[in-house]
Amino acid sequence: MSVLVLVEQLDGRVKDATLATLTAAAKLGDVVALVAGSGDAAVQAADAVSKVAGVSKVLLANDPAYANLLAENVAALVVPLMADHDAFLANATSIGKNVAPRVAALLDVMQVSDIVAVESADTFVRPIYAGNAVATVQSSDAKKVITVRATGFEKAATEGGSASVEPVTAPGDQGKSRFVGAETQESARPELTSAAVIVSGGRALGSEEQFHALIEPLADKLGAAIGASRAAVDAGFAPNDYQVGQTGKIVAPDVYVAVGISGAIQHLAGMKDSKTIIAINKDEDAPIFQVADVGLVGDLFQILPELTEKL
Amino acid sequence: MKLLVPVKRVLDYNVKPRVKADGSGVDLANVKMSMNPFDEIAVEEAIRLKEKGVATEVVVVSIGEPKAQDTLRTALAMGADRAILITSDVRPEPLGVAKLLAKVVEEEQPQLVILGKQAIDDDNNQTGQMLAALLGWGQGTFASKLEVAGDTANVTREVDGGLETVALPLPAIVTTDLRLNEPRYASLPNIMKAKSKPLAQKTPADYGVDLSPRISVLKVEEPAKRAAGVKVDSVDALVDKIKSLGVIA
Repeated sequence: MSVLVLVEQLDGRVKDATLATLTAAAKLGDVVALVAGSGDAAVQAADAVSKVAGVSKVLLANDPAYANLLAENVAALVVPLMADHDAFLANATSIGKNVAPRVAALLDVMQVSDIVAVESADTFVRPIYAGNAVATVQSSDAKKVITVRATGFEKAATEGGSASVEPVTAPGDQGKSRFVGAETQESARPELTSAAVIVSGGRALGSEEQFHALIEPLADKLGAAIGASRAAVDAGFAPNDYQVGQTGKIVAPDVYVAVGISGAIQHLAGMKDSKTIIAINKDEDAPIFQVADVGLVGDLFQILPELTEKL
Repeated sequence: MKLLVPVKRVLDYNVKPRVKADGSGVDLANVKMSMNPFDEIAVEEAIRLKEKGVATEVVVVSIGEPKAQDTLRTALAMGADRAILITSDVRPEPLGVAKLLAKVVEEEQPQLVILGKQAIDDDNNQTGQMLAALLGWGQGTFASKLEVAGDTANVTREVDGGLETVALPLPAIVTTDLRLNEPRYASLPNIMKAKSKPLAQKTPADYGVDLSPRISVLKVEEPAKRAAGVKVDSVDALVDKIKSLGVIA
């Protein structure tokens, strides 16, 4: 089986989520990586992914139309390529979730979303109901379209491969949407979805100022990424890209520190696969303690400064 | 301008799903069902566009069991103008839903279809994108802000790195994220009024769409439970625990 994987990159570096998707793809068959992008970054990314273990070929579509991976343009690129492949895999990220269903519908395929395991060439495991149930599903479509949840798969090694890079014809801009701009946070911290340690704050922090004043020093001490509950994001304490949960980011770090987060099922859905969960909350009956490996009941406004100082 | 808003009846947001003992799925017998929360946001956004004078009519549509009529009545009570119920014995998949919706779009000719980004039961996150593909329209998914200016929709999207804005020529598809708006509660008089708003009943056969599933669910299980943890009673004890994990030097 030949598997086409949509690569996500940032400044020429292959994203961790893509490395996990490449691992999932290798369980299905021969892996062909598709880099759609614009300019030097795309060329660098193609070069980088050609070295990833298990990649047999890299296709490079270098065109300004792919600078922001607009779904309309990327789907128009992928669909004709799928004549030569049996499966299309994308990350279950905001890019993959936007592109893959468009590809699936154009191929008349029912997509399998958010897989966490590959059982066989047509059978996959995926969480449903915010992770409160796990379904094993079998696809009867001749071609498969799949999005992959990064926390379910190891990252492929970035060395060891020596795939050829081939340019592909780019159908270009489809004129169905136009990228206007982005507001993204530049941060020196590790990326939330691939960080080894995450410190996450909830509504109990009380304000944006206190969120910064208490969460950041602890995150600095632990070299951690910062996350937040939906309640904290809705209250304006933290930006939307911090949100961990069913509809935010799904994370599985080595250590997840939940501060002032009660643990709504929608939040737990995003972090309960973390290796070790540490919870600090003043309510000893908070549901977060049901999933926490280590819990401390108390006032976070006293605990956090003391903890940060003593670490 | 006409707006179309598809809505889905799902297990209520606050009900903890229970996996059936035979592993065939989640138990939906005698539990509270409600409108998918993202769809509620979509209905609210459509009504606000009508209140602003951008839209003239809001049509809601649901595909599924006959009881989805309750969900449509909720949308009508919020302020939608009329409803279409397409009843199906088969539990439709997003691809089938998108095909049916494409036919409804052909008939109704809306300029904008606003959908929830995902239903909280199957968490598929597909229908809006699939509908956009089948219609050949632009798609603004995971919207946290929507502005319609002339024949363009400007959609601010929640993406992994922050926010991103795209401009879509109309007609177009928008899918809603959590922070687009806060849906209103229907008032009692409006709930009463909704009972007399028009609701058309259809079947997939009326549209010539085959809903046969492509994916079969082999089994549904409870997720692995985490082992019970320990509570520590002081910051010092917590510091020791964290140090023992080896995450800091």
